[in-house]
Amino acid sequence: MIASRKQVERIPSATVRFAGDSGDGMQLAGMRFTDASAIFGNDVATLPDFPAEIRAPIGTVAGVSGFQINFASSDIRTPGDQVDALIAMNPAAFRANIADVRSGGIVIVNETEFDKINLRKAGYQEGYNPIHDEVLTARYRIVPVPMTRLNEEVLKDTGMGAKDIGRSRNMYALGLIYWLFDREMQPTIDFLNDFFGKKKKLPQVAEANIKVLQAGWNFGETAELFVHRYQVARADDIPPGKYRRITGNEATAIGLVTASKLCGKDVVYCSYPITPASDVLHYLAAMKQYGVKTVQAEDEIAAACAAIGASFAGQLGITGTSGPGLCLKSEAINLAIMTELPMVIVNVQRGGPSTGLPTKTEQSDLLQALFGRNGDSPLVVLAPQSPSDCFDMAIEAVKIAVTHMVPVILLSDGYIANGAEPWRIPDPRKLETFEIQHPAGHPRGKDDPAFRPYERDERLVRPWAIPGTEGLEHRIGGLEKENGSGTVAYGDENHQLMTDLRKRKVELVADDIPPLTTEGPDTGDLLLLGWGGTYGAITTAANNMRAKGHKVSAAHLRYMNPMPKNLGDVLRKFKQVLIPELNTGQLSLLIRAKYLIDAKGLNKVAGKPFLVNEIEQAIGMMLDGQFTAQSATPRQHVVEMNV
Amino acid sequence: MPVTNTSLQVLTPKDFASDQDVRWCPGCGDYAILNAVRKACAKIGTAKHNTVFISGIGCSSRFPYYMDTYGFHTIHGRAPAIATGLKVANPDLDVWVVTGDGDGLSIGGNHLVHLLRRNVRLKVMLFNNRIYGLTKGQYSPTSEEGKKTKSSPAGSIDMPLRPISVALASEASFVARALDVDKRLPDVLEAAAHHKGTAFVEIYQDCNVFNHKAFEYATDKDSREDNTIWLEHGKPMIFGKNRDKGIRLHGHKPEVVELGKGITEDDLLFHDVHDEAHGFMLSRMRYPKFPEPMGVFYQIDDECYEDMVVAQVQAAIKQRGAGDLAALFNEGDTYEIK
Repeated sequence: MIASRKQVERIPSATVRFAGDSGDGMQLAGMRFTDASAIFGNDVATLPDFPAEIRAPIGTVAGVSGFQINFASSDIRTPGDQVDALIAMNPAAFRANIADVRSGGIVIVNETEFDKINLRKAGYQEGYNPIHDEVLTARYRIVPVPMTRLNEEVLKDTGMGAKDIGRSRNMYALGLIYWLFDREMQPTIDFLNDFFGKKKKLPQVAEANIKVLQAGWNFGETAELFVHRYQVARADDIPPGKYRRITGNEATAIGLVTASKLCGKDVVYCSYPITPASDVLHYLAAMKQYGVKTVQAEDEIAAACAAIGASFAGQLGITGTSGPGLCLKSEAINLAIMTELPMVIVNVQRGGPSTGLPTKTEQSDLLQALFGRNGDSPLVVLAPQSPSDCFDMAIEAVKIAVTHMVPVILLSDGYIANGAEPWRIPDPRKLETFEIQHPAGHPRGKDDPAFRPYERDERLVRPWAIPGTEGLEHRIGGLEKENGSGTVAYGDENHQLMTDLRKRKVELVADDIPPLTTEGPDTGDLLLLGWGGTYGAITTAANNMRAKGHKVSAAHLRYMNPMPKNLGDVLRKFKQVLIPELNTGQLSLLIRAKYLIDAKGLNKVAGKPFLVNEIEQAIGMMLDGQFTAQSATPRQHVVEMNV
Repeated sequence: MPVTNTSLQVLTPKDFASDQDVRWCPGCGDYAILNAVRKACAKIGTAKHNTVFISGIGCSSRFPYYMDTYGFHTIHGRAPAIATGLKVANPDLDVWVVTGDGDGLSIGGNHLVHLLRRNVRLKVMLFNNRIYGLTKGQYSPTSEEGKKTKSSPAGSIDMPLRPISVALASEASFVARALDVDKRLPDVLEAAAHHKGTAFVEIYQDCNVFNHKAFEYATDKDSREDNTIWLEHGKPMIFGKNRDKGIRLHGHKPEVVELGKGITEDDLLFHDVHDEAHGFMLSRMRYPKFPEPMGVFYQIDDECYEDMVVAQVQAAIKQRGAGDLAALFNEGDTYEIK
């Protein structure tokens, strides 16, 4: 690394956000910075944020795409509440993001783009430029850098077209940020050579990007715009080992394939493209050498049905979707429940109802997952708590599905699906295999009794007899079946029995799941009970409050149905229970109904994850006895209903 | 392929009967089809344990319960999708999809279209009775215009679909039509069973409760020869009780002509089972203006979906090597923390 003459300040963590037009390459810049930080040895957590439109009108607030990364010298679990350094590639990006920057934070703006037209597109009044606003310049350290122009200068003699030249602006910003945070550029240079040079066979593009990246770095070094550089030391509490950056969707895909290898089956992943779940299909479609078969079905229903067909054939029938798709799959899922076939449904939650907020996160499909089907139709619901946990829970989902002959919904969400964190690569030899026993075939004479597909074992699990097996010919379907023989039966007692059996069978899954543990003492004044992707924010808030001397612990559910057997005991050891969720109170409803305790909810549906601070505020109010119905929504998100 | 019997024992149609009582209405055309299927299965030497009947919802969809093979009575309209997943997971299975005009063309129309264009190797039997039977008599997507039913007391205003036209437009590789009571039905099914790809067979089926005699023109002993025409590849299109009528092309359009009076067989249209435009034209010929064609309309050889899925997996293994977990975990950029 080039030695720098600027003074370096050591800080424990920093949150950086890249923001620009959705075509500005902000996601790529953010990813590269994440990798550079992870390779350096920081703990990292990311929050990509992009518009639903692929290319919204250029320069408008609606088209702003952002990528936030928190990197630290200690264990971190959230992408950061407030932004320490914002890179705003145009006025719209500035406008959409400035409120999230902490007071005194650095705001690097691409000055070239702050012209009359772009200011107008961003919705600023004629004659006003926010980077010269006295209030804003007093509050933030705004650093104007004419990135567009400087980028053009760097590449003017390359013979590249203006449009192509414009594309590397993000590398200028990235180079500057690398300088500011004293980061190695080599991993990014390697990436550019590999990605543009080797994969896309565009070595001149790789070269141009590297040139611009270095120019951005040099600009930081030479220009007298920054007093300090910052250094976030490597985290020394990260367990040693081999790591890679992983997003939740990537971890889900890898987890599903891992599960298939652990039980000796093929993944048959059937899906219809839907944001934010499509990446799972993309990853799996590129993993064919692992025996993965993918079917891009004609619709969500067909995807679920094809998965069921694959399960009937004796392979791992898996489908993936997001909320609206889960609605469409509900009838098919019920067929899997009725026929007691294994199936995994990956549901990457997004803002709803209806089409809702396709690219924004929410946790509002919990009740749909549990109850959104006709009849009494119990199934297993799991919820990974972080990007890397998607790996473990995907394996768990497959394992439960095939060993209990039951559909399992894996409730991921947009935040952990797209967010990234370091993943310690496991030793494949240390992963536990799980065996699947298909009943063996035998010749069957005319007078031999027919095979009984609904004869159960002690865990109430029916045999997974697969077509192609001699002597086990049988028929299954959505009509109610007689227990044991599996013939169609409409009798009242049999339906009662079968309904009870299906329910009990799912309840018995609780024997195979770990008990719920608390982070912090198992007794105290307040328990934070969370589930799924809010793990990072909730546990960070609880830890912060405990550090201040409060008796606050956190417990996080990853098994939503059945829930851990000791959940009631865990809850009753605390004076109060607060349930933060990114919905209007779905887990709260369940906990209050099931355990008859006066749990309070902290609920937000703003398309964004919780800020740690929002949860800390609510904890404070709970402990002070000030928590009211109004406190259930974080203060920043209270919207008056003028009706 | 799956049309071989591994256990060497010769099966009779009876061997394909399950232990379940058949519960269609007495006199329903489904009985004749069930017998024809059992007969065809016995003839082609189907192995019971390797055979799966998949159905959706409707009267026809009870079919799997009556076959002593593997069977899956699924949900309304979705049998093609479930069958696709089944074949992708195990391409060696011998699969039959049983559907109806409502199941296959209304609620499940989308799946049928995509099954056909993918060319999954299986047989589709679409029982067309031009009515909703299981829900007791509403008009279906193949009911004729003006049809008066419980849900269309003033007459149906929906333009009926022609299943063969839909199949051809969906890039089907095998398209045929037969009648429930026709002795040649097992032959058509046999041809379907030998086809490599999705074999689509529309079967005219009499619902003797809600739409009785809908196909009487095609089944009645006295009129059927005049109102239907049996398709034979490479043969002139002749029909009629006295085999004195034929189909001739007038410009691009078919017309019925009488043989003799200067018109010979050579003037007639010859059936070409490999010509899709010809097949589509046949699919538009309707009673009473034309005799309705029966038999195989169209057939071509094409690659099957499930084989291509497997081929892509094998190509990836050949190109990149069979992946193990260590390779999977270490894909992409990794780094060491010491």
